[in-house]
Amino acid sequence: MANSNKPPVLVVLQLTGGNDYFNSVIPYTDANYYDSRRSLQIPENRALKLDDEIGLHPAMAPMKDIYEQGDMAIIHGVGYENSPRSHFRSMDIWHTCEPDKVGTEGWLGRALSHLDPKSENPVTGVNVGQALPRALVAPGVSVASVADVSTYGLLTNIEQQEQRQQVLERFANMYAPAVGSGQVMDYLGQTGLDALKGADILKVAPQKYNSGVEYGASPIAQKLKDIAMIHTADVGTRVFYCDHGSFDTHAAQATTHAQLWTDVSEAIADFWDDLREHDADDNVVMFLFSEFGRRVRDNGSGTDHGAAGVAFAIGPSVDGGMYSEYPETRPEALQQGDLVPNQDFRGVYSTILEDWMNLEAPSIVNGHFEKPAFVRANGH
Amino acid sequence: MSNREDVALLAHLMRRAGFGATRDELEAMADQGYEAAVEKLLDYESQPAVDEHLLYRYHPITEVPGGAAAPGQANWLYFMVNTERPLNEKMALFWHHVFATGNAKVDNCNHLLEQIQMFRDVGMTNYRDLLVRLASNPAMIYWLDNNENHKVAPNENWGRELLELFSLGVGNYTEQDVYECSRAFTGWTISAKMPRYPYGRHPWQFEYRAEDHDETDKSFLGYTGNFNGEDIIDIILKQPACPRFIARHLYNFFVEDEPQVPAWNIEEPRNPEAIRMLSETFVENDYDIKPVLRALFNSDFFKAAMYKKVKNPTEVVVGTLRLTGDLQGPDPRLEAVAREPGYMGQDILDPPSVEGWHTGHEWINSGSLVKRINFVADRISDTDLPGVKRIVERIASANGPTMTPEELVENCLDQMGPLPVSDSTRRELLTQAQSEGAVNWQSEYDDAARRTGEMLALIGATREYQFG
Repeated sequence: MANSNKPPVLVVLQLTGGNDYFNSVIPYTDANYYDSRRSLQIPENRALKLDDEIGLHPAMAPMKDIYEQGDMAIIHGVGYENSPRSHFRSMDIWHTCEPDKVGTEGWLGRALSHLDPKSENPVTGVNVGQALPRALVAPGVSVASVADVSTYGLLTNIEQQEQRQQVLERFANMYAPAVGSGQVMDYLGQTGLDALKGADILKVAPQKYNSGVEYGASPIAQKLKDIAMIHTADVGTRVFYCDHGSFDTHAAQATTHAQLWTDVSEAIADFWDDLREHDADDNVVMFLFSEFGRRVRDNGSGTDHGAAGVAFAIGPSVDGGMYSEYPETRPEALQQGDLVPNQDFRGVYSTILEDWMNLEAPSIVNGHFEKPAFVRANGH
Repeated sequence: MSNREDVALLAHLMRRAGFGATRDELEAMADQGYEAAVEKLLDYESQPAVDEHLLYRYHPITEVPGGAAAPGQANWLYFMVNTERPLNEKMALFWHHVFATGNAKVDNCNHLLEQIQMFRDVGMTNYRDLLVRLASNPAMIYWLDNNENHKVAPNENWGRELLELFSLGVGNYTEQDVYECSRAFTGWTISAKMPRYPYGRHPWQFEYRAEDHDETDKSFLGYTGNFNGEDIIDIILKQPACPRFIARHLYNFFVEDEPQVPAWNIEEPRNPEAIRMLSETFVENDYDIKPVLRALFNSDFFKAAMYKKVKNPTEVVVGTLRLTGDLQGPDPRLEAVAREPGYMGQDILDPPSVEGWHTGHEWINSGSLVKRINFVADRISDTDLPGVKRIVERIASANGPTMTPEELVENCLDQMGPLPVSDSTRRELLTQAQSEGAVNWQSEYDDAARRTGEMLALIGATREYQFG
C-alpha cells in the first residue's frame, strides 16, 4: 500500500511508431492469429503465457515477471473511432484528446496546470528527450526538457565549473526583476530565473544518485535511468515523459520488434528495481502506449498501420491483470483489416488522472469516458 | 568608416527582412545607403538562387523526405542558411506562418516542400495569384480537407480558414458565407490519393473535377452568381477587411508583436495608422506585394521598431548560423541542427495547427529559453568558427593592444547588434569582464579571444538578445 505522504507520480513511456499489438500481446489459441500472421507468427510454444489464451512476445520476459507479481495491467483494444492511420495525426490525437480537430493543448500540460497552478516548481513536469511532446504543452505551464540530466543546464559551453558558476550568477542578476522594464521583459526575467532554478534543482539529481542497478546501453534504458535519478532526488516532479522507437515495423519486423521489446522491457525491469532499491516505487505508476496498433495480416516481412492497440500500466498501485477485451479477430469483424478499438484511450487517461493523480478528468480529456479500473482502490 | 547609426539601422533591416548579416556585410551596405539595401532585398531575382542540387547530392533524403518532417526541415534550413535572397526566403517563412500547413496531418513532406517553393515563387508577386495557387496546392487541399469537399456533401474546412485565417479574419463574414464559399470550391481536389503500401508514395496533383463542382448559384458577401473558386477570391479581394488583415499580419511579423491572431477582431492594432498606410498601398497596387514591403521597410514606424519583437526560433537558429559562419553548404550535421528550431518550439513544416504559431513572448518558456541560450552560446563562444574569428579580429583591432573591461563589453555589444541593453545588464556584463582585468591583445591573444567569446555568449544569454 502506498505511503499517502508521497504525492502520486506518473511516468509515461511512449512507444513511438505504432507498436504491433497482435505480436506483443498474443492470442495464442486463436486460429485467426496464425492465419493472418503467416510470416510473423510467434509459435505457441514461444509465447510467454499469461493465461489460457494470452501470451506476451518472447522478448518481454521481464514484463511477464512484473505481470506475475500482480503489478502490471494490460489494457486491450485501446484507441478511438475512425483511426486515421497516420502516425503524426494519431499521435496528436493521443496527445491532445482532440480526434475531430487539430488541438494545441496536451492532456498532461493541462494536468500540470492543476498540479502546480502557480507554477511554483519548474520541474513539476520533466520531459527526458530533446523536443517537448505536445502532450506536455499548455499555456502558462513550464516543463523542463532534459536530453541528458548529467549535462543539463544553462551556458554549458563553459567547461570550467567555477567559472561557469560565476557566469550563472551574472545571469541570475541580469534576469532579476527590475522596475519599469515592461511586461514582456518581466515575463522573460521570470522565465529565465525559472530555467535557472529548474537546472539548479535537477543538477543535484546525478550528484545524489547512487544505485546498485546497472542499466543497459539502449536509449530507453538511459532515459529511464535519468528519470529514476530525478525521481529519487525528490525534487517534486509529478509527471515524467519519455519515448522509445521506432515501432514502425513495415519490414524486417521479426528482428526489429524483438529488439525493441528487449530494450524496453529490460529497461523497465531495471527502472523498477532501481526505484525499489531507493524505496521510491510506491508512489509511481508507469504508463505505456503507442499511437496505434498494426494491420492484422502481415505483409510478408512487416505490418502496416492499424487501429486498436494495447496500453500497459505498471506499478505497485496497479491492480494487475487484463482490462477491456481483446478485439474480435475474425476477418469479418475487422475494419479495413484492422482490430477495432473497444476502449477509448481517454477513458484510460481518466483512470490515471482521477484514480491516481486525484484530478478531475473530463475537462482534461474533453469528456466522460468509461474508465478501466486498473488502479487499486485507495492504491494511493 | 560607416556611421554607427547607419549600421544599426541596416542590422535591424537585415534581422527583420532576412536572417541577419555580418558586420562586413552591413558596412558594405552602408556605403550604398538604406534605401538601396531595401531595393536589393526586393529585387531578389538579381541574386542567384540556392544551388539545391548541391544539397541533394550530399543530402539525398532531403529531396524526397516522404512522411518524416526532419529531412524536410533540413531542406528548408539549408535554403535559409545559404540563400543570397534573404527577403524571398523570409517571405516564404512569413506565408508559412499565415498559411500554416503541418506535416502532423499532411504526412507528406515532399508536398510541404513544394508548397514552400510555391511561396518562394509567388510569395513576393501578387496576393491574388498567391491565393489561387494556395487553393490549388495539394498539401493545402489535403491539410484542410478540400479533397473531401463534394458537390453533394460540402466540407467547410478550407472555405472557413480561407476567410478566417487567410484573408479576412473573424467578424468579416457570416456562417452562410463560409458555406457558400465552400460550395464554390467543390471539385478542387487532388488525384492519386492512393494507399502508400506496398509500392510507396504517389505524388499528388491538383485536379479540378467538374462533375463534382456545384454549378448552382452562390450568395457570397453580397454577390450572387454561379461562382467558382477564383470568383470567390476576387470577391474577397474587394472587401476592405482583406488588405487590412494582411497588413496586420505583415506588421506583426516584420514590425512589432501584435496580440495573437484570434484576438484581432477584438483588439485594435497597435499602430492603426501604419495598418491603414500598408493596406492602402496594397489596394493601390492591385495587391502586388513588393510595393507594400517597400513602403513597410522604408517607413518611420519600421525604423523605430528596433528590438521590439521577440525573435522566432527559426530566426534565432538561422541568424546565429549566418553570424558565426557555421553550417555553410552541405554538412553532416545539417539534419541534426535542423531540429533545433523545433526544440525551441517552432517545428517548421509542422505548425501546431492551421492557426500557426503563437508568437511574441509565447515563444519563450523555461525549456525553450534554455535551448535558445545554449544554441547561441555554443556557437558564438567558438572562436574557431569563421564568423566568430572575424568578430574577434575586429574587436582585437578596435582599441589598440590593451583594452579595459568597459571597452571589451562595449565592443562585444557593438558586434552583437549593436545591442542596446539596460543599465543592470551592462553592470553584470562589466562585473564579468572585470573579474579577469584588462584584456591584452598583444601578449595574450588566445586568452583575450577566449574572454571575448565568453562575453559574446553572455550577451547572447541576455533578455535583450531574445529580441530582434
